[in-house]
Amino acid sequence: MKQPLHPALIAFSVVVFFFLVAPLVIILGAAVSDTTFLTFPPQGFSTRWFVKIFEMSAFRRTIVTSLEIAFLATGLALLFGLPAAYALNRYRVQLPSWLSTMYVLPILVPEIVLGFSLLKTVAVGADMPVFATLVAGHTLIVLPYAVRVISASLSSFDFSMEEAAISLGSPPLKTFFTVVLPNVRSAVIAAFILAFITSINDVSVSLFLTGPGVSTLPIQILAHVEQFFDPVIASVSVLLMVLTVGVMAVVELTLGLTFLAK
Amino acid sequence: MTQPLTIDRLSAHYGKVQVLEDFSLKIAAGELVSLLGASGCGKTTTLRLIAGFLEPTGGTIRLGEQDLTRLPAHRRNIGLVFQNYALFPHLTVAENVGFGLKQRGVALPEREARVTEMLGRVELTDLGDRLPAALSGGQRQRVALARALVIEPPLLMFDEPLSNLDAKLRVGMRAEIRQMQRANGTTSVFVTHDQEEAFSISDRVAIMQAGRIMQFDTPETLYSRPANAFVARFVGFENLIEMRVVARKGDLVEAEAAGGALLTLSQADFGAIPDAFVLGARPEGLVVAGPDAPGIPATLGLRSYLGRAYQYLCDSPAGPLTAQGPLGAAQEAGSAARLQPVAAQCCILAPEA
Repeated sequence: MKQPLHPALIAFSVVVFFFLVAPLVIILGAAVSDTTFLTFPPQGFSTRWFVKIFEMSAFRRTIVTSLEIAFLATGLALLFGLPAAYALNRYRVQLPSWLSTMYVLPILVPEIVLGFSLLKTVAVGADMPVFATLVAGHTLIVLPYAVRVISASLSSFDFSMEEAAISLGSPPLKTFFTVVLPNVRSAVIAAFILAFITSINDVSVSLFLTGPGVSTLPIQILAHVEQFFDPVIASVSVLLMVLTVGVMAVVELTLGLTFLAK
Repeated sequence: MTQPLTIDRLSAHYGKVQVLEDFSLKIAAGELVSLLGASGCGKTTTLRLIAGFLEPTGGTIRLGEQDLTRLPAHRRNIGLVFQNYALFPHLTVAENVGFGLKQRGVALPEREARVTEMLGRVELTDLGDRLPAALSGGQRQRVALARALVIEPPLLMFDEPLSNLDAKLRVGMRAEIRQMQRANGTTSVFVTHDQEEAFSISDRVAIMQAGRIMQFDTPETLYSRPANAFVARFVGFENLIEMRVVARKGDLVEAEAAGGALLTLSQADFGAIPDAFVLGARPEGLVVAGPDAPGIPATLGLRSYLGRAYQYLCDSPAGPLTAQGPLGAAQEAGSAARLQPVAAQCCILAPEA
């Protein structure tokens, strides 16, 4: 039984969809334009601006830096977030209820404020190297995703399973890996991806923490736009999009995107 | 193989709240003992202390010669069956059952043989490759039972294992558990809040309240000779009437209830009757008779139909009572009557301090 769709609903959907997709189409068009300035619709067709990205050492360097930071920050966030999510659920009764809220704070605090305070305390205050500061900052902003996503999955986990395993002779730590982890595996993957994408695309925190010689891709894009107005900026944006879509595609193929919507 | 469990002066606290106090219990080898009580009585706490999921603040737990009190849970070698089955959803039925053997380093060929044998015993031979999600509630509980039994533990514990099953299945599973336990002769602790379940499955039952054992006896003794008012109420002695002996004639004792009603009781039915005592009577243990017969004078109130008899809420000088009368003679509310005790459905208790 399929209900016929109201024409207004169809029209509205098309408009929304158009506004969502149009900017992406424009960027994509501008990226392949055979001109030396940003223009849409594209004049001619060329892939030279994509080649140009990799010819410019600043972009090459920041792409690598962004990936390094994203992997490290996401890894660290999972390393801290997984045990935290476990403890928050396993000992929910014993722990104060505000504790789980603490782990969402980095999302609630405006990122600009977070970036600034990290600059004051970690970068300037503790005099940490720029790269380490960036990793620390990104770990902080992606930690909430790790904790929340894994927590959501653990909240329906029946901890008597863990006790069953222990009663059958499995030591507690081993039980975590053989019984708990396999049952929250997809949440861990989802948390990884959400955190990774958040880190790769972050501007506000990175803006404060980048320093001489070390920058991330979004910051480099900003810096480039300030000085030039060539299609490189469009092609690098396309690259960032492809990276994000690529990660999402991996999720879609392994778990299904509906999983993230849960 | 099978061993006695000795719990000596165990106490436990949640924070500052004492949930178990000076708790002692001796379970003979091969015996099945139920811990019976309402939620919050400490029965599950006791089970978790024995399993090692909680640490006692005092006392000892011994299984045979071994002191379990400070042993980590995973080294206690106790088979546990949980209320919600607690099967591992990411493992097949056979892998679930083989889990404990794997922890013990049993080689694969032997492991498979023992798992197959155990699945045969719980009649799940063909379901070894399924995931738990594909099983019914009864099948899941059988997998849980197989998983606990296959490690051949000296002690088996059940935490309300039947309360998630429907009524019919529950009675069937109960018999299966009992047969399996008898066949293996494994010492067992069974936690439940269901009196019928506890009485039907156990050698002995410990009725618990507020972290203490109120009475520990065979179901038969608990049912007919409760040791105190709490247990008496628990097993259905709804009427508790305080009485005082006024005359003794051989085995016969004449006693007076509050309000002056006189009853004659025989020590041949009850054993020695002390001078002050409480008469416990089930509703069917107080029979409605005519207003001129001997017995406790009462005014009949609300009548309800039970199928085999009528039950009356009554008002008497000794307080509100519940009695039963024959189907042939329905009485109207407000009529005067006498209530006569039936010895087989009554008990004698010491007065409460």
